[in-house]
Parts: sequence; structure tokens; C-alpha cells
Amino acid sequence: MMPYVATIAAALFAAPLPLAFINWHSFFFFLFAAVACGFAVAVVAADSVVRMAFYLVLSLGATAGLFFLAGAEFVGAMQLMIYVGGTLVLLVFGVMLTAQAPFVSIKGSGRDSVVAGVVGVVLLAVLLQAALSVASWRQPAAGIVAEPAATPIGMALVGVRVDEPGVGAPARNVRPGYVLPFEIVSIHLLVVLVGAAYLARAKRRKTPRAIEVAASVEPPASVAEHAAIGRDRSRGASVLSGGR
Amino acid sequence: MADFLITTLELPAWLAWSITAMVAAVLILNVIAGGALVFIWAERKIAGRIQDRLGPTRTGGKFGWLQSLADGIKLLAKEDLMPDGADGMLFRIAPYVSFCASFCAFIAFPFAFDFIGQRLNVGVFFVIAVLGLEVFGVILAGYASASKWSLFGAMREAAQVVSYEVPLGMCVVVPVMLAGSMDLVTIAEKQGGWFTSWFLFHDPFTFVVFWIYVTCAIASVNRAPFDLAEAESELVAGFHTEYSGLRWSYFFMAEYGSMFLVSALAAILFMGGWNGPVPVASILGLSEGTSDTANYFVRLLGMINLLGKATLGVLAMMWIRWTLPRLRIDQVMATCLKYCTPLAAAMFLGAMLWQIALPGGLVPGLRRPAAEIREGWLPGPGGAARSVGEDAGTVVKVGA
Repeated sequence: MMPYVATIAAALFAAPLPLAFINWHSFFFFLFAAVACGFAVAVVAADSVVRMAFYLVLSLGATAGLFFLAGAEFVGAMQLMIYVGGTLVLLVFGVMLTAQAPFVSIKGSGRDSVVAGVVGVVLLAVLLQAALSVASWRQPAAGIVAEPAATPIGMALVGVRVDEPGVGAPARNVRPGYVLPFEIVSIHLLVVLVGAAYLARAKRRKTPRAIEVAASVEPPASVAEHAAIGRDRSRGASVLSGGR
Repeated sequence: MADFLITTLELPAWLAWSITAMVAAVLILNVIAGGALVFIWAERKIAGRIQDRLGPTRTGGKFGWLQSLADGIKLLAKEDLMPDGADGMLFRIAPYVSFCASFCAFIAFPFAFDFIGQRLNVGVFFVIAVLGLEVFGVILAGYASASKWSLFGAMREAAQVVSYEVPLGMCVVVPVMLAGSMDLVTIAEKQGGWFTSWFLFHDPFTFVVFWIYVTCAIASVNRAPFDLAEAESELVAGFHTEYSGLRWSYFFMAEYGSMFLVSALAAILFMGGWNGPVPVASILGLSEGTSDTANYFVRLLGMINLLGKATLGVLAMMWIRWTLPRLRIDQVMATCLKYCTPLAAAMFLGAMLWQIALPGGLVPGLRRPAAEIREGWLPGPGGAARSVGEDAGTVVKVGA
């Protein structure tokens, strides 16, 4: 039976079709690249914030696909976690900002799009020039060995270079790993987090009436009540904002 | 399998790989869809028993075991509605986004030693990252429905899932640290042997971490008592208020798929993966690598183990759902930020210190050392913690 199956399969699929001669790696590369670029254009062309965020997710997801295709699984998963997951927060803000009137459309003026187009074309030219100036782009270096482990990256982040050849060498000859950049990024993120919490904190609203009443000689009970409501509100909001 | 197709059937490589990929995809789809059928029936029965009812009894003869199938046919036949004011494209695509996220997470998930769609060396990370994307579908659905109930549900879900990812990630890091790898296959392999070598019983800290993981996992798949996104007593049906028919059922397949996934992940991270509580295969004298038949038998047994553990997890989730009342949104946030996150952080630190002091675990004779103890930068098994990096002949700088 086996030879029949093989013959039938060969007759059906293998011989007459050019499919066997396609480099499938390149095919998937172009597929992912096309999806990434196409939806990147769609982000610019769309006029609803939420649709933009959705297209951005697809574009970034296709970029993660490119990383997986290149065998950089750690970077690909990072791309999914940080960029695609980060767009989630963008989406939430988009929904929150446009929730007042459903499906608000955002359209820039003609002048804006001209300026944006010029900036975009200039950036694209710089990037293309940089990409095409790499001489040996098409030939993979023979010496590259796939290192299918994220452990060296993790160890280097805490300062231990297990990937260095000179593990037995004296301490001064070993490169220091990535502790310093890692710490700088951590502190940067901490500052951003504190700043975001500060900005997102609900301020006690001072309506003209409240100011007026507060300025009067004897503050009635409504001021204290108003202040209490404000406190409660700010507490609830800080609990929520901590989650972002 | 691709090798078999290429060598034995002499198929061209591209066809062999396509067939292999399709077989894996179909199997995963069936795990999700078939699992949903069984679990929905189980949920009805369990809910019934907990509420002192019988649940479905008639459809399909005894026990109502064809109830889910009947439900499925009903859903297929239902009219597919869309609100007038909805954003049509996003409304239509949202259920598929949820379902795709649930499906993609299974790609890197091992069901036994070699029963895996695609083995990734950062498997845990990938699964967690992809699982977090399921909420996209929910938010899109809530937004695109142009309904206030849906929007409320979606925003609650967003706040909840994004918050609970933090303690969930911290819990997942603990087994990764003990195994010294993010590869799900390696993590499960490190727990081979009797149930005492499961990471759950590795030390008291991992035991606590497991229960934090359970809490966060229930919250991150949006099940009661954390099902605020659909809170039917307040929000009609939350984010899926406007959905009907097959689109609606996609959300539920995604939900049951991710329930199964987080349970199976708990089994792999804390409960030995495909290693049963008693090493039946090695008692019978079968071990991986002796012959093809033995390999197959061991893996089949492992898969049964893993599926059994995951099913137990899902059943426990149902038990919790029908027992506990729903939390308020501020209670949900307080549980995450004031209890789960600090506890997870403290337990992470504790497990780390334990690993340095007693790398052999609580009962050294019964288990292999959990993490790879690399020459020089961690003290050997049973040894007291020495100052790291002082040993002659090793060059290690911990902290720059």
C-alpha cells in the first residue's frame, strides 16, 4: 500500500507543481513581512482609535512571527509580551477616551498629512539606505551556530556570562554581562511608573462653587461632604490605576 | 512524523511538513472544541448537584451526556445578530481573536514528552504571553457592540487581566527558577519520579505559590468568583451581551480552552506534568528510549496523566465557581494588588533563598536536585550557602 500512496502523492503534488521549488522559509518571511507592512499602513489609514490599535496589534504580531521564523524565540515571545501586550493598554485608553461618543473618527487636516508624509518618506529613505548598505545581507555567515537556549541571556542579565569562552580565566578578563543596562532600564521604568501613577491619580476637583463656599466665613457641611467624596473617589481611582 | 513521511512515504519535504503541521493543528482544535463539549456538560452536572438539582438528565439517554451537542446544534441554528450601531468589522472579528489566542497558546504546550506542536525553549513565556492576548477579543467585543453593558464588562476585564498578569508571572517564575529552564518539557522532566519530587512539594514556599497561582489563573481566565466581565446580575451578560449563535459560542470555546490550558500549565509547573504520582511506567520496567513501543506507551500514559490532572483542575474551577459569590471590582483589585502580588513576591524570594540553602529539596533522598547546580556559582547539594564567586578556579561575578 505504501508505494501506491507515495505514487499517488507524487503524481498529485510533487512533480507537476512548482511548490516543491519554493523556498518556504522565504515564503513565510514575505508573508509575515507583508502582513506587518500592510497593517502598518492600515494603522495610518484608519480613522478610529480602536481600529488603529487593532491593526497595530496585527502588525506587531506579524513582527513577532518574523522573530519566531528567524529562530529568535525569546525575542519573539518578548515582542508578544511587551509590544502586543502594551498595545492592549493603548487600546484600553483608546476605548476610554472615545467612549463618550461611540466610534469617534480622527481625521487630520490635509497639511498634517503632507508633513507626516514627508517625515515618513525621509525616515523610510534612511532605513532603506541603512538596510541596503549591508553588503553580505543575503548570505548567512557560515559560522553562525544556533544557540537554542535563553539561559545565556538570562544569566548575562544578572551578570554571569556563561556564553563566554573564557570561563576559567581570571576575573578581569571576563566581560561584565548586562547588569548595568538592566538596572538603568529598571530604574527608568520605575520612574515612568511613578510618574504615570502621579498623572493618573484623581485630583480633587475644585469646582467654582466649592471654592466660593470654602472662601465664605462659615463652611457649611456640604464642603466636608464634598471633600469626603473626593477622597473616596481618589482612593478608588488609585486602586484602579495601580493595576495599569 | 515529518521524518517518517519523508523517509517512508517519500513525500516531498514541503508536503510532509504541511501534513505534520495540519495534524498538530487539528489535534489541538479538537482538544479545545471536544474539551469544551465535555466540560460544558460537566459544568451543568456539577452546577446541578451543587445546587441540589439533577442537571441535564434526558438528552442522549442517561446523564444527559449529549446535552452539549444539542446546545451546539441549537447555537448553529440561531440567527446571527449584530446591533445597528456596532462597528461591524471589529464585532465580527472579536470572537476569532479570542479563540486564536487560546489556540495559539496550545501550540507550544506539551501533552507528553514528545507530544507537542512546536517545542520552544521559552515555552512558559510564550504560553503566558499568548494567553494574555485573549483579552483583546473581549475588549474589541465590548467596544464594538456599541452597548454600555458590553463596554463596562470589557473595561472591567481589561483592568482585571492586566493586573493579574503581574502576580501570575511571579508565580510562574518560581518553577522556572527551580528547573533552571523556561522549556515546559524540561520543567516537567525535572519532576520525574514519585509525587514527592513535584515542585508543589519542593518547599513550603512553592506550596504557597501554587495556591497563589490558582487564584491568579482563575482570575486571568475570567471565571467566577472573578467573572466581573460578564456579571449577569449587574451587566446583563457583560461583554457578550450583543452576541448570539456561533460567534457567542466561540467566546465560550476560548474560555474553556484557556481554563484547560491554565490547569494543564499548573500541572506542568507544579504537579509533575506527565509524571504520575506513582511512576507506573518505570515500575513496569518501561522507560523512555528502550523501544518504539515502550516510548509510545510511556508517552500515552504521560498524556493520560497530564489530561487527568488538567481535568481535575478544570473541575475544581467549576466547584469554586458554583460555591463562591462574585467579588466586587474593588475587592478583585485589592485581592490582586494587596494580597496576591506581595505574597507572590515574598514567596519568590523565599523559594530563591531555600534553593540556595537547601538545593536538594525537603527530602533529599527522594528527589534529584531541582536546578542545575553549576560548578562554582552555587554551593553543592546540602552545603551551606557560601559567599558566591570566591572559589578558586571559577570566575563568577554575581552583581557587577
